Amino acid sequence: MIYPGLNKLGKVVYVGAEAVLILGEFLGIKSIYKIRLPKPYRDPNLDLLVRSLRTKSEARIILLARSIGINVPALLLVDVDLALIIMEYIEGQLLRDLLNSLNHEIACKLIHNVGTQVAKMHKAGIVHGDLTTSNMIYSSGRVYIVDFGLAKMSNALEDRGVDIHLFLRSLESAHFNIKDLLFKCFIDGYEKILGSKAKEEVLAKVREIRLRGRYVEERRLRGEELP
Amino acid sequence: MVIVLGIESTAHTFGVGLVRDEAPYIISDVRENYLPEKGGIHPREAALFFMDRAPQAIAKALKSSSLSIESIDAVAVALGPGLGPCLRVGATIARALATYFNKPLVPVNHAVAHIEIGKLVTNAKDPLVVYLSGGNTLIAALISGRYRIFGETLDIALGNFMDTFVREVGLAPPYVVNGVHQLDRCAEKGKKILNLPYVVKGQDVSFSGLLTAALRMYRERQVDLEDICYTVREIAYSAIVEVAERGLAHTGKNEVLVVGGVAASKYLREKFELMTNSRNCKLYVVPPKYAVDNGVMIAWTGLLNLKHGITIEPEEAYVKQRWRLDQVDIPWSK
Repeated sequence: MIYPGLNKLGKVVYVGAEAVLILGEFLGIKSIYKIRLPKPYRDPNLDLLVRSLRTKSEARIILLARSIGINVPALLLVDVDLALIIMEYIEGQLLRDLLNSLNHEIACKLIHNVGTQVAKMHKAGIVHGDLTTSNMIYSSGRVYIVDFGLAKMSNALEDRGVDIHLFLRSLESAHFNIKDLLFKCFIDGYEKILGSKAKEEVLAKVREIRLRGRYVEERRLRGEELP
Repeated sequence: MVIVLGIESTAHTFGVGLVRDEAPYIISDVRENYLPEKGGIHPREAALFFMDRAPQAIAKALKSSSLSIESIDAVAVALGPGLGPCLRVGATIARALATYFNKPLVPVNHAVAHIEIGKLVTNAKDPLVVYLSGGNTLIAALISGRYRIFGETLDIALGNFMDTFVREVGLAPPYVVNGVHQLDRCAEKGKKILNLPYVVKGQDVSFSGLLTAALRMYRERQVDLEDICYTVREIAYSAIVEVAERGLAHTGKNEVLVVGGVAASKYLREKFELMTNSRNCKLYVVPPKYAVDNGVMIAWTGLLNLKHGITIEPEEAYVKQRWRLDQVDIPWSK
């Protein structure tokens, strides 16, 4: 462990694929310490590069997202060399765990709101890069978007398309019973902010991205509609 | 006792397997491998090679097990995904055998077969599956009756990427020598991480940018090829292990099963071991013999299908070149 004394901070609330989240206190605020731990399977130099670049980029983007009114945790401290971000703790439930138990109307409303937030981010040039229901927290009536670890600044239609594609796939894998409904709610919210032209463009791109995947049946069935 | 004959012909291997529903399960395993002299697989050439070898291969499988064709209970065949001309050879033979000897014909998805034989030989129960081969790179898990895909390559497959890279820098063919891929071999002598793109998009990987950048770096000849190999290997394998780790976090599974031809790399295995140990998960890697394409896996999956009533009429048994893993119902998952 390269962070001696870290476990004194508090409870490890989540061990993600790339970072651990530790509950702690910072200047009297209940906060989350997000630390990108070294990956033993990566070459140490590659590892350091990947972790520090992602930390820096994540912090910048969270800051920007907050400034345009997206529900994201407030940043409290960033240390790039330690690959550490300290941010406000959002107390709530992962959307992934919550969605399947909600009635369809409420689920739709929440996802519609997610659609508007994603559209606002895209409008500001932010793409999330890992837009799944595991990265959304429901807290006191709001959906917070978290984990900007793979986010980047981009206005490329391709990158926006990947965001939507990843979100759609998280619906397909974790909420497949209501995926069609939820995707529609999401797209309605997205359209509300960015308009129908941008919506159509991004949906066409999503279709193209999906056709690029290996062994896609739709490649032959041209013109088939997305859910 | 139920005995199934399986035929594999999706790419470069014509395989015939015989399995039964009692230990030790595998009765017979015959393989004929098409090896291109240069370049990659030429589908027509591979198909011609299969046509030439198929009759003997089937006869050999039966003879080595002292079974007659009459004593088998069903004929299973990989109908896809794969290369059309190759698939059609296996499908034609399977349809003919099923019709002539009046045996049920069982359709098998090649990707499902890789996973099911992997579960049989490793004893993995409910793993996150990492399927890595020349044509496939995907992360899947069995949820509600299907293998759901949690991540995959957005462009070229890992095996295809590795093969193309070593071919373009003049290290191949042959792509694999003594079980070691030329990329791994070349990377053994490198140690420096160079500035090449490490691309993970959510739970997906992408290798086309890395391939282009690495080949450009090679052509500029400013750095050692060994270091490029090392960087390419480190980035490609690390990205796969990273998305597998994301898949574990997302699905909550606690086993990882690595299947497919690229599973043989010891460097990749080391990385998977380090990752699964750090997460207290179990790692299963299909031994090389069953990680590559073979007829046994088709026969075994055919047996599972047969026991759940999945058969197909020969006149409907078309090949499906793009038959995706997540389109197949898995009735034995319950």
